Amino acid sequence: MNDAMLKVESLSAWYGAARILYDLSFEVGRGEVVALMGRNGAGKSTTMRAIMGMIGQRQGTVTFSGEDISRLEPYQIARRGLGFTPEDRRIFSDLTVMENLDIGRQPARQFPDGAPAPSWTPERLFALFPNLAEMPHRPGGRMSGGEQQMLTVARTLMGNPLLVLLDEPSEGVAPLIVEQMANTIIELKKEGLSILLSEQNIHFAELVSDRVYVLEKGQIQWQGTMAQLSGSPEIQRTYLTV
Amino acid sequence: MTLNAFLFQVLNGLSAASGLFLIAAGLSLIFGVTRIVNLAHGSLYMLGTYIAYSFATKIGGVTGFWGGIIATALIVGLIGALIEIVLLRRIYRAPELFQLLATFALVLVINDAALWLWGPADLLGPRAPGFRGAIEILGRRLPSYDLFLIVIGPLVLLALHLTLARTRFGRLIRAATQDREMVGALGVNQAVLFTSVFALGALLAGLGGALQIAREPANLATDLIALGDAFVVVVVGGMGSIPGAYLAAVIIAEVKALCVGIGVVDFGFITINFSKFTLVAEFLVMAIVLIARPYGLLGKAQGAVRSIAEPEEPLRPATPMLKLLGATVLVLLVCLPLLAQSTYFGSPYLLVLGIDVLIAIIFAASLHFIMGPGGMHSFGHAAYFGLGAYGAALLVKWLGLPFGAALVAAPLLALCGALLFGWFAVRLSGVYLAMLTLAFAQIVWAAVFQWEGFTGGSNGVIGVWPPPPFDKTWVYFLLTLALAAIAVLALRRFLFAPFGYAMRAGRDSPLRAEAIGIDVKRVHWLGFAIAGLVCGIAGGLFAFAKGSISPETIHINRSIDGLVMVLLGGVQTLTGPIVGASVFAVLQDTVMRQTEYWRALMGAIILVLVLAFPQGIVGAFAALWRKVGGRT
Repeated sequence: MNDAMLKVESLSAWYGAARILYDLSFEVGRGEVVALMGRNGAGKSTTMRAIMGMIGQRQGTVTFSGEDISRLEPYQIARRGLGFTPEDRRIFSDLTVMENLDIGRQPARQFPDGAPAPSWTPERLFALFPNLAEMPHRPGGRMSGGEQQMLTVARTLMGNPLLVLLDEPSEGVAPLIVEQMANTIIELKKEGLSILLSEQNIHFAELVSDRVYVLEKGQIQWQGTMAQLSGSPEIQRTYLTV
Repeated sequence: MTLNAFLFQVLNGLSAASGLFLIAAGLSLIFGVTRIVNLAHGSLYMLGTYIAYSFATKIGGVTGFWGGIIATALIVGLIGALIEIVLLRRIYRAPELFQLLATFALVLVINDAALWLWGPADLLGPRAPGFRGAIEILGRRLPSYDLFLIVIGPLVLLALHLTLARTRFGRLIRAATQDREMVGALGVNQAVLFTSVFALGALLAGLGGALQIAREPANLATDLIALGDAFVVVVVGGMGSIPGAYLAAVIIAEVKALCVGIGVVDFGFITINFSKFTLVAEFLVMAIVLIARPYGLLGKAQGAVRSIAEPEEPLRPATPMLKLLGATVLVLLVCLPLLAQSTYFGSPYLLVLGIDVLIAIIFAASLHFIMGPGGMHSFGHAAYFGLGAYGAALLVKWLGLPFGAALVAAPLLALCGALLFGWFAVRLSGVYLAMLTLAFAQIVWAAVFQWEGFTGGSNGVIGVWPPPPFDKTWVYFLLTLALAAIAVLALRRFLFAPFGYAMRAGRDSPLRAEAIGIDVKRVHWLGFAIAGLVCGIAGGLFAFAKGSISPETIHINRSIDGLVMVLLGGVQTLTGPIVGASVFAVLQDTVMRQTEYWRALMGAIILVLVLAFPQGIVGAFAALWRKVGGRT
């Protein structure tokens, strides 16, 4: 895979004196959906925050579409087309749906080879998430968990990203919404987006992912295709089931 | 008071409310987005009055006045942007309170800059062209400029509201007020946003100040007064709420205007002069509002602010090395009276300085006890110092209590005050707690200042000298040293007792602490009371060391001094307040005697310290020690 969109080399991160990540190396190819799997506390969210430059104490190299972004500020990373939807959604609860989308707005951009990246408008996003279309002026604080989950993805897409870090999109939302999320991811993949997904739920990951990295205690313990993981109950038992 | 007179006072209040609102709105915006409590906000307001005065007098006429006001607002906005870029941007990752220290240093520097540029005299600007006359309303004459001010406040409110609601800049401000880190992760350059918000806030303060020149003279004391007013308005209205700020400004200005309007009232059995309440009215309003609505009138409970500072290091028991160091210092101090008599570098002044430093250490250590391990940022610690000092002095004066008894009574009085005020204060947190403690301190100060018959008013209490043998400086020094050592060691002992663990647990995670059965409020209330008690010792010692006390003892400046001492040393180290208090007291004593511009020098020193040691002096040495020697 020479055209890796995101390449992470020996990434480590600390919170205070506690080391959370140990020399992680992995990559996400263009148009690929890669799942980062592991139990609670394995380091999935920390990995995403470290890639986004949101953890002060970090080491290692992160390359995004050919450029070293390891030492950049979060806003600079976002402006290069790396989108991030956090696990706890972090919707601006005082702002309406439309206003939340506006905060995420960035100019249209292109892939390194000059091909235009998928470009989003509120109208297109409302087509993707019909629930949001029904409440453009509702404040974020008065939405259900599932609606907020959709809004956080939509808000990130407003930045016209080339790759999205999607932190546990299936967590704490109704089964119907989980299914809708899976369809959305497949839809985004069709548009040409790359996605790094963190997930505990193997059934969700199976629906959408091409490849998998399994994390435990801040280290990559296993990697392979989704099909390989699905066919290996033993690996699932060792690293994933609670 | 007739109905007409009443309505006239209401109009007066409304025109004062506009000025309050302008400065408070800027403070609120800046705090919301950057989470920096900008103590220099009153200084920006003061600069506005001076710069506008210069325009109005040097250029003169309509251009000089009205053009000058607009130019002033822009210039002050620019100064704000510079402050953000040059200073604050470097310390956003430092602990919250450190940013306070930096902005306080700016207060000192700006005040002396104004003294140097404009001199110490009050400067009254010309009357406003176009608004020179007065309009007859309700049988009285109201200056037409006041009517103009009445209109300006709501106009600015409307403009701010539209900006926040309808523009992308406004949406970014609202989003960043809630979660600035997420705004950054969505591709917004926070540095630019912070600078522009700071500039906007400064511009509003400058405008507020500039508009005052036709009403009140430019004055060097304006900065702290305006700052106090703005804080009260912001907190009463609710942090981050612009309409709340206007509502609060109106309420406070009206209460003040009515106190003046009512004047002296004879209730038959008692005569009350309500105009005396103006000093304390706003703080009374604030205390009542905060007790009834902890987040202000229109404020909302703030979500936990995501701290971007590094997590605190846990407290560690003293190493043998530190114990040895402490014992050595103590022995050296005991020998200080001998040193003071030596022919070479001895001087009687050495012991006086020593007493000052020791009292400062007790004061700072007691404040640190609730600020560091307790996480309660008290802005009104002077109250307990003052209660101790006045308690001791008044007991001697009115009851003829002996020295020893007065010295014991001082901390007990402070304890009573701390128990009462602390009961309310621990129900709040963060800036709201800080403001409520400030309100209580100001109420104590105003009571002392106004109750002339009992406290001596602004003259204070004089002739409170200790009896022999304590009238000798060296004996008094040793007494102070003994009490300081006991106080510091006792506070330390508390922190390493289960009580101290519970207090820190309550600071770090109130919910989890309560879940394991700790009554967090009660533990913090107790901590508050202990701090008040110990602070009272310092107050009692202070009264007898100086022989006289005045309301200065309780002034807000003393509370700020305490904050500076604690922050200078480092909040999360136990030796911090000792070093911080010593450095501060010595600096104040030496620097003050060197130059007329001691404030600026002091401010510059603090700024250098802040930029060079963002963890406080002791914190920086501790970090260096860990790097060099590894963890022991």
